[in-house]
Amino acid sequence: MSNVAKRQTSTLDKALRIALYIALLAMAAVYLAPFLVMLLTSLKDVEEIRSGTLLSLPGSLNFDAWSKAWSGACTGSQCEGMAPYFFNSFQIVIPAVAISTLLGALNGYVISHWKFKGSDVFFAALLVGCFIPFQVILLPMARTLGWLGIANTTTGLVMVHVIYGVAFTTLFFRNFYQSIPAELVKAARLDGAGFFTIFYRIILPVSTPIIVVTVIWQFTQIWNDFLFGVAFSGFDTQPVTVALNNLVNTSFGGKEYNVDMAAAIIAALPTLVVYILAGKYFVRGLTAGAVKG
Amino acid sequence: MNNNAAKAGSGATQAGRPARLSLADWMPKIVMAPTAVAAIVCIYGYMIWTAVLSFTNSRMLPSYNFVGFDQYERLFMNDRWLVALSNLGVFGGLFILICLFLGVMLAIFLDQKIRAEGAIRTIYLYPMAISFIVTGTAWKWLLNPTNGIEKMMIELGFEDFRFNWLSDPDMVVYCLVIAAVWQASGFVMALFLAGLRGVDSEMIKAAQLDGAGIITTYRRIILPSLKPVFFSALVILSHIAIKSFDLVAALTNGGPGYSSDLPANFMYAHAFTRSQIGLGAASAMVMLGCVLAILVPYLYSELRGERHE
Repeated sequence: MSNVAKRQTSTLDKALRIALYIALLAMAAVYLAPFLVMLLTSLKDVEEIRSGTLLSLPGSLNFDAWSKAWSGACTGSQCEGMAPYFFNSFQIVIPAVAISTLLGALNGYVISHWKFKGSDVFFAALLVGCFIPFQVILLPMARTLGWLGIANTTTGLVMVHVIYGVAFTTLFFRNFYQSIPAELVKAARLDGAGFFTIFYRIILPVSTPIIVVTVIWQFTQIWNDFLFGVAFSGFDTQPVTVALNNLVNTSFGGKEYNVDMAAAIIAALPTLVVYILAGKYFVRGLTAGAVKG
Repeated sequence: MNNNAAKAGSGATQAGRPARLSLADWMPKIVMAPTAVAAIVCIYGYMIWTAVLSFTNSRMLPSYNFVGFDQYERLFMNDRWLVALSNLGVFGGLFILICLFLGVMLAIFLDQKIRAEGAIRTIYLYPMAISFIVTGTAWKWLLNPTNGIEKMMIELGFEDFRFNWLSDPDMVVYCLVIAAVWQASGFVMALFLAGLRGVDSEMIKAAQLDGAGIITTYRRIILPSLKPVFFSALVILSHIAIKSFDLVAALTNGGPGYSSDLPANFMYAHAFTRSQIGLGAASAMVMLGCVLAILVPYLYSELRGERHE
């Protein structure tokens, strides 16, 4: 190959690489833009929103919309902002994540290392629970919660999230525990170690990564849930997503987009923080649930 | 000490009776029991219950006057349901195609030893961490017919630019597609990027030694070996599409009129706010049928594949 030809291919390569970077950065801008617009809008006052455009900068940093969204905006008939519902969501999420993760760990341990007749059938049956459209269980669940006397309560919502979350947590832990050598557990059993001893001493110490993945997955799922929240919560127990939707659809007088956007960011903040701090585990949960599911 | 106690305990069972009678052997079943009961009742029992309701004339409260397939007949005579179904077809089809296209493209681009790959990947994927309600709220503002993107383009000098899909009954379903693609395409990218990293590099080297260019290598060698990833992505995306409820609630609330309803919104409206439990149950069963039609072949091939391993 002559020198000229070589130089041509290398300039072509360079041009292609520059085009590649431009394409990637342009797409990054597209993904970032909606969040940037939300942030900018939340910092403007109503007049600036009316006269400016989506990407025009606010004249000064103005956190009025934020404080109104947090503690003063109307979500339906009440005007206490997002704060009470933000804490409602935590009250639902924390126990629901803890219980479903614990159950998932134990189930996964049984399915992978204490197989019994029917445990595989059970696992397959549970997998279906990962995928059913929840519309198919809404009506009976509403009746059941009524009978149990926990309709419209946080307890009821925690129960619903645990029941339909366990399918996923079991799947995660089962796939992870499959990779622990069966000989290890068998040897411990021959040594006389019991079910829980093996769990505490052998299984649990190596489970940290899968626990992190599961907790993050469940936290994101339950925090972002809207369907169960809107179907099964009462006025005082609404999760933050339901409150946000009510806030946006309540309009006394003019529409305050700055307050809407501040409220939306508040509702998104916990899962975004988790994603930024532990994105690696979040992605692992997504792909594990997807590829193996 | 713990160890000794455990040894002593099981030593006794070994010396005495067959292990079948020991508590340890019941333990797995006892541990699984709560989940098993919950799954049987709350997944399968409730499915059957909903199926039963769909054959009754229940309105505000469940009743058990059976009316055969009347609710299904009413359902498929109902214009709002037919709109919801055809919306699902348009929304689901475009959502899946665009997500797959963008996901594959971005994954291939990112797989070229890009500097700051981690940061770019993080940006592509962050929408997946937030709720569809937040996504809907954000896009409702971006797509606002007077103050949103339209106004921005006019200020930039495109005087005739019109972008009012959100208030146009014929176009509003594409607004759902835009917002949903923004949220989920990064996830497809992550799936394919993981797949690309798993492709045997020997195979690629061999192809390149044979003189295959980069495009041929991707088209002939790399992408065909990612067939399982395509399959999973397809199942997950269609699953997201069929279950979509929150996005419609936040972005369009089904409007204008009911032009942007999806089946999940139809079901919720009839079962919970319009006192048409029978009709709502029937629509839920149709949704279940759609999911099973996609899922059963997938799970079957997955489980069979596992047995072969």
